[in-house]
Amino acid sequence: MTSKIIKTKKYKTSKEDLLHLYHQMLLIRRFEEKAGQLYGMGLIAGFCHLYIGQEAVVVGIRDAIIDGDQMITGYRDHGHMLACGMTARGVMAELTGRSGGYSRGKGGSMHMFSVEKQFFGGHGIVGAQVPLGAGLALANKYKDNGHVSVAFFGDGAANQGQVYEAFNMAKLWSLPALFVIENNQYAMGTSIQRASAQTELYKRGISFGIEGIQVDGMDVLAVREAAKKCAKHARDGKGPMIMEMMTYRYRGHSMSDPAKYRTRDEVNEVRDEQDPIDKVKNRLIAEGWADLDTLKAIDKEIKAVVNDSAEFAKTSPEPDPSELYTDVLLEVEA
Amino acid sequence: MAIDIQMPALSPTMEEGTLTKWLVKEGDEIRSGDILAEIETDKATMEVESIDEGVVGKILIEEGAQNVLVGTIILQLLEDGEGIEALSTPSAAPAVEASSPAPTPEAVAAPVIANTVVEMQVPAGTKMIETSVRDALRDAMAEEMRRDDRVFIMGEEVAQYQGAYKVTRELLQEFGEKRVIDTPITEHGFAGIGVGAAMGGLKPIVEFMTWNFAMQAIDHIINSAAKTLYMSGGQMRCPIVFRGPNGAASRVGAQHSHDYASWYANVPGLKVVAPYDAADAKGLLKAAIRDPNPVIFLEHEMMYGEIHDVPDIEDYIIPIGKALVRRTGTDVTIVSHSRMVGRALEAAVILEQEGISAEVIDLRTIRPLDIDTVLESVRKTNRLVCAEEGWGQSGIGAEISARVTESAFDYLDAPPARVFQKDVPLPYAGNLEALSLPNANDVVVAAKSVCYKD
Repeated sequence: MTSKIIKTKKYKTSKEDLLHLYHQMLLIRRFEEKAGQLYGMGLIAGFCHLYIGQEAVVVGIRDAIIDGDQMITGYRDHGHMLACGMTARGVMAELTGRSGGYSRGKGGSMHMFSVEKQFFGGHGIVGAQVPLGAGLALANKYKDNGHVSVAFFGDGAANQGQVYEAFNMAKLWSLPALFVIENNQYAMGTSIQRASAQTELYKRGISFGIEGIQVDGMDVLAVREAAKKCAKHARDGKGPMIMEMMTYRYRGHSMSDPAKYRTRDEVNEVRDEQDPIDKVKNRLIAEGWADLDTLKAIDKEIKAVVNDSAEFAKTSPEPDPSELYTDVLLEVEA
Repeated sequence: MAIDIQMPALSPTMEEGTLTKWLVKEGDEIRSGDILAEIETDKATMEVESIDEGVVGKILIEEGAQNVLVGTIILQLLEDGEGIEALSTPSAAPAVEASSPAPTPEAVAAPVIANTVVEMQVPAGTKMIETSVRDALRDAMAEEMRRDDRVFIMGEEVAQYQGAYKVTRELLQEFGEKRVIDTPITEHGFAGIGVGAAMGGLKPIVEFMTWNFAMQAIDHIINSAAKTLYMSGGQMRCPIVFRGPNGAASRVGAQHSHDYASWYANVPGLKVVAPYDAADAKGLLKAAIRDPNPVIFLEHEMMYGEIHDVPDIEDYIIPIGKALVRRTGTDVTIVSHSRMVGRALEAAVILEQEGISAEVIDLRTIRPLDIDTVLESVRKTNRLVCAEEGWGQSGIGAEISARVTESAFDYLDAPPARVFQKDVPLPYAGNLEALSLPNANDVVVAAKSVCYKD
């Protein structure tokens, strides 16, 4: 069933449903804008990879799976955490390396986890999350708990060898896994055409007999509908699925990106014509489900949450020096 | 209040830059995402993007200005409906918060790793069962799999083939294919799947046909398994055992003969175990499987067939992190692990005939290293020989020599001596291979030299 589903379709939704998705995507956008700002102020250090432009992917997927299903991703991970229900405060404070962060300041932008929300990181080695995600799926199958694991990775990671090792075993053992390729067209500064012999990434499972579909990753409703079908497939014991999400990142690969590998016009064109948040906004207005004042109020509410997280991230203390040696090893139980 | 746009830091090391070009002018309407200016850093030219919306009120830094400090206000943006009066004189000081200096390692004492697996006392008169190292390892896994249904084993040829070295013999028959999983030849992938399964609440044993092949998987062992507990602030557990034969076997060439003890011993977040005899192989592997941390379990192919006594005690377990004095002596301390312990014991017999009383310590665990047992011995014998099968540079012997020199320098009557594999990839030719690997005689020579009896 390896197929391409890029079509403009009016997916079924409702006022409450669409407002919820709008809220989730806007939260990620505003959070990331603020993170970029704090980086510029020197409050966030090291690497910081923003998710702006790709919001529909993770919001659509999270809305299609159920509580207890696991999510795991690479280093462009802030959006995934917010979509999982992790707090803006905890994520932002980790970005600033403070004790109030999810990893108590020891992980940073690329390394946050939440056992409670079943978010398994936050991984800095390109492609590593794919076998790890397959391992989570193996645990689900072993425990027969009915859950599905979702491993997100980019078009760059899709060229790593370990991805195919994981595909092979996931199919061989019929693991309940979704492999979500966020194809934002650029692996750091290298376009997919310059890096991949086969650029249609949803076909990358053909050698293993894994079905793949290509989805408009700028349309949250398209993402969700496709993800529901794929999750059901995996949950029903039919094995893994590959979902290629056609998406785009507006910002640089990380904060220190000279942006010389693509034109400003290219970025503007996507932003003006395909923005996932504008799409939802337009439909909300067209359906008469929200007017500009309502949307402004939502924006204001989200900005308050984000500003509060930034304030918390600035004021939360750095980890106590005694934390240096904690969490290296767990003690052995008697 | 107008919005102040500051000179951004576009890399972790950037402190200042040149404002090469303004792409907006006063009075322009700005949308979030519009490019305001180009700036040049020591590394590249980059674009400054606006995250705010409004009208450009005032440009404060001229085009072409050099050495503009990060945090300097370069432009003020007027929000919805604001007039020029909203512009304030910006304060010069950038709002960059200084981080407190990182604590020096000396400032914080490293806690002692508690290990509450209690050492089994083997009562006098305990029945001993002659067991091969191979079967002792198998028995350890079988017992732990019976005890805890989260424990499973995966690896190449572990199931139907019954183990490439027969270490997993009959496990498939007892536990079935759900818990004894044959993998394809794909170390990187199955190590990652094992780590993911551990994060997902299982207790995997991942067998590498040999540790040589685990170089393909070392990223998952170190980056995914060893570091995650720390990086997650203590949230994400990874109870997993990676095991298989390590080091030189016999005439298998350089790529199949590598000793990795010092590689893994270098990594915080791992435990590294290298047993010598069958009883230790069993007791330590059981402890490794129960351990809540990632454990590297280094076996020795040449030891698999050796037969030793194993106490006939239910649930025989040996705590990780405790060395064993295998032979007491008064003149020189020989510290060793894995197969080299046997060489050291042979050497001690020869030395005894020459009037030198050697104490032989089996480290059993390389990380955490039981340095106290070594120090206690050296304070008695005043002489140290470290013997290992791996290479010398940055090896286990180098580490022990350094620690003993740091902590018991005044007790030493001679510089520590090291015995190790010659500094070459292991050759295939029988004579060259024998020349490369350390033997009992090398240990004898080293012991005599530190006793000044050579």
